[in-house]
Amino acid sequence: MVPEPVRVLRRWQELDAVWTLELEPVKTGGRSFQPGQFNMLYVFGVGEVPISLSGDASETAALVHTVRGVGPVSNKLVALQPGDTVGLRGPFGVGWPMAAAEGSDVLIVAGGLGLAPLRPAIYHLMHHREKYGRVILLYGTRSPEDILYAGELAEWGERADLEVQITVDHAVSDWQGKIGVVPALLPTLDFDPEDTVAMVCGPEIMMRFTVNALRDAGVEDEAIFLSMERNMKCALGHCGHCQFGSTFVCKDGPVVSFDRVRGLLSLKEF
Amino acid sequence: MKNIAQIVCEHPFFHGLDGEFCDLVCGCARNVRFNPGEYLFHEGGDADYLYLIRYGQVGLEIAVPGKPPVSFQTLHDGDLVGVSWVLPPYHWSYDARAITLTRAIAMDARCLRKKCDDDPALGYEVLKRLLPILTSRLQATQMQILDVYAAPEQSP
Repeated sequence: MVPEPVRVLRRWQELDAVWTLELEPVKTGGRSFQPGQFNMLYVFGVGEVPISLSGDASETAALVHTVRGVGPVSNKLVALQPGDTVGLRGPFGVGWPMAAAEGSDVLIVAGGLGLAPLRPAIYHLMHHREKYGRVILLYGTRSPEDILYAGELAEWGERADLEVQITVDHAVSDWQGKIGVVPALLPTLDFDPEDTVAMVCGPEIMMRFTVNALRDAGVEDEAIFLSMERNMKCALGHCGHCQFGSTFVCKDGPVVSFDRVRGLLSLKEF
Repeated sequence: MKNIAQIVCEHPFFHGLDGEFCDLVCGCARNVRFNPGEYLFHEGGDADYLYLIRYGQVGLEIAVPGKPPVSFQTLHDGDLVGVSWVLPPYHWSYDARAITLTRAIAMDARCLRKKCDDDPALGYEVLKRLLPILTSRLQATQMQILDVYAAPEQSP
């Protein structure tokens, strides 16, 4: 439960108010994590927030987090400078089903900053490409200026073994790409729903629409995985702040299969 | 080389349509081509045609005074451009501009409306194909209006 000090090695801006931090443990060496897991980052004297790991799980020397400054703690995080120290607990939670998806096609659907928790899964798929069938990445965001990891997306789009489609909600006329919401890409996609594992992360409304489109396409509920975001505090399943039905998002998630949360997604009490 | 009847009846919008109905709607169709940047129609104009994209990309735009137009949807191979042709007073509610070279089937809206009015079974078939498109566009608009990717107002 005691945060370990980690030092900011590097920081770079991704988007307006969105920064990526590379952190190095001060006392211990690097640590491993599973794609989809998160850490609790503690700004001393301000507070603690859960932030997904967004780097490559095969590189354990440093921990990479992409943070949007929207509140007291996250605003302090994005303002950190190289050499500054924060506290870290983790990694916590259940990640993406990388082993269970082996042998299947993998369909990744990301919305906005939801690409950050999925990026470690994409790295994993690329490192172990021979273990998976088709890999398709659908990414939707607000506008061309809001595309996260734009450079990497462009590189991934050049790969023959990775199918990438990007769409934005709106754009001015010099944008030559697709415009529309990301769930609308699914009916146009030629894929085998019976042999596909879907990994979805984004704002919850986007995930609900995406799940509907996946189910309409014939993907089984058990093959749809969502990364849930809830008010995680202890990260150990003790405090109950992140309870979602019978699921503790911090301990049983953040990645859960849709069949576990079916019926809860549209309830405003949750 | 395919004739217009084959092209129309193989388009996803009319695919599977009864042969007799297909012959009827083909009488309203012709092939058209739009170069990149060329407009299919403008907001406020008469919705005299609907367009079935064969190949290409079309952007739907809203003009913003003093600023570049804002695109809110792109349509691609197999999509239908324009739904105002079926709703009185038959005026376009946005601009449609070809982004890439676009080949399409232009259906004369007056001709198609008359055939649908004359044969309600055909009209019902056309509406059954149109309604899912309208529904999916309405759902997409809901998501866009909600601006789901905006930063949350309250967060730690």
